[in-house]
Amino acid sequence: MNHLPQAWGRPRDDYYGAYDASYFQSNGPNQHTQQPIVTGTSVVALKFKDGVVIAADNLASYGSLARFTDVKRLRTFADTSVVGFGGDVSDMQYLDRLLNSLDTEEAYTSSGHTLNARNLHIYLSKVLYKRRSDFNPLWNQVLVAGLDEEKKPFLASADLLGTTFSAPSLATGFGAHLAQPLLRKVAPDEEAAATLSKEQALEAVKESMKVLFYRDARSMDKYSIAVVTKEGIDLKENEKLENQSWAFADQIRGYGTQVN
Amino acid sequence: MTSIGTGYDLTNSVFSPDGRNFQVEYAVKAVENGGTSIGIRCKDGVVLAVEKVITSKLLKPGANKRIATIDRHMGVVSSGLVPDGRHFVSRARDEAASWRQVYKTPITTKDLASRMGGYLQAYTLYSSVRPFGITAIVAGWDSEVELPVDGEVGSGPSIGSGGKVEGKKFGGPALYMIEPSGLYWGYYGAATGKGRQSAKAELEKLDLASGNLSLQDGVKEAAKIIYIAHADNKDKEFELEMTWISNLDGPTKGRHEEVPKDILEEAERLAKKELEGDEDEEETKEEDKPADGDKMEE
Repeated sequence: MNHLPQAWGRPRDDYYGAYDASYFQSNGPNQHTQQPIVTGTSVVALKFKDGVVIAADNLASYGSLARFTDVKRLRTFADTSVVGFGGDVSDMQYLDRLLNSLDTEEAYTSSGHTLNARNLHIYLSKVLYKRRSDFNPLWNQVLVAGLDEEKKPFLASADLLGTTFSAPSLATGFGAHLAQPLLRKVAPDEEAAATLSKEQALEAVKESMKVLFYRDARSMDKYSIAVVTKEGIDLKENEKLENQSWAFADQIRGYGTQVN
Repeated sequence: MTSIGTGYDLTNSVFSPDGRNFQVEYAVKAVENGGTSIGIRCKDGVVLAVEKVITSKLLKPGANKRIATIDRHMGVVSSGLVPDGRHFVSRARDEAASWRQVYKTPITTKDLASRMGGYLQAYTLYSSVRPFGITAIVAGWDSEVELPVDGEVGSGPSIGSGGKVEGKKFGGPALYMIEPSGLYWGYYGAATGKGRQSAKAELEKLDLASGNLSLQDGVKEAAKIIYIAHADNKDKEFELEMTWISNLDGPTKGRHEEVPKDILEEAERLAKKELEGDEDEEETKEEDKPADGDKMEE
């Protein structure tokens, strides 16, 4: 057997045959991300008169498998903003580290100025757009909740294509279909959102999380919820859905045990 | 100087027959001409202060900061050649960022001092470079609580990340001083620059080793010491610049920040008051010799 260091850890040639060096080629086509792997589902958020409420459950799925059940998908930034991540969890970790280094670099200048939610949203959207233009997207849809430069409530989304959107209520993923209509009922426009109290906004978001848990098979009943106001960020990372009622389940027809 | 004319001081990295490296010693001279910098390690934080000598009346007051942030929990101040200090800061920031990239956790002050000590030492080894004309004081607060790994998503093992010795205290205030030779030590109180002798004498009076001085008192002492040290440089105007890092419960929550204006001004007021008190005493003594008294007032 060959004892030379370059053969260490290699399958034995005399047993397995010579290694096919064509696997080792570094030229040729390069494949970027084609799909997310470990994913988080919906993020929902709603503006109210003094701030923004944002929520996401604590599940990271591996396909349809509920793989990680304690994943925190709401990230605070500079004590002024919360970013909610849907989509690929490893890309979320990358973005979280990127925002961390951004925060460190901001601290180099001693101007006392910190990035607000609007700055953060613009930054994230440009990162996402750059990556999609490189055909190497970060597979996320993010909601940025916080206050803008005038300390007014700010809420906007950016996705893996670099598309940006802003509205008094926003939801990503499955939530865009199921939670968004419920939230729009509470706050159809900016004027309506500006009259909402914190309690009303919290109730609407919690109700949306419940509906999402009822109907989204990639969701979970443990979730994180944050309220951003001038007073700061109130982040709770281990909430449980309350007052669930599965009475409607009997009525479901067409799949599962009730085929017809 | 004994070195002159011997030829042993003409290039870097050359020893003299009696075992000295003159280029490094000349770099130390550059430091000794710079404005005084000090650092005080208090029980609940660290203070950095510098006597920023005003080189021109056309410079904007409060601009051109001399104390820099390396990472969120760490700051540095230096005496000597200002551009060398800038390069030191730039390198230290790179080191702190690359540490985070590799270990996903903030660099400790000790590790940063070690990295930068190695960096400065390398500049004593080659004829193509010169040593740094600065002595830098690095201050940091290493988190006393278990930090999440950067970018961590789950809660991790319930017993924490492990690898820690039971019963041993981790984190806390840290203060290091790095000299042009690359030599670095940890200090309770550090001083460098023109007024270092009197600053050190004042620092020694504080009994810092017992760990009783609070950060709030440390700020006042630091201001006083810079004002006392300025006596060695009296013909020039100066600005006092101060930053601090408190523990996580303190005013800066473990971050390196400028001392807020009101606290700085109060510390300066107390420093001036104390100094005036001293001068009055001296003047009354000097009254016996009126000829010298006139000189004092100039």
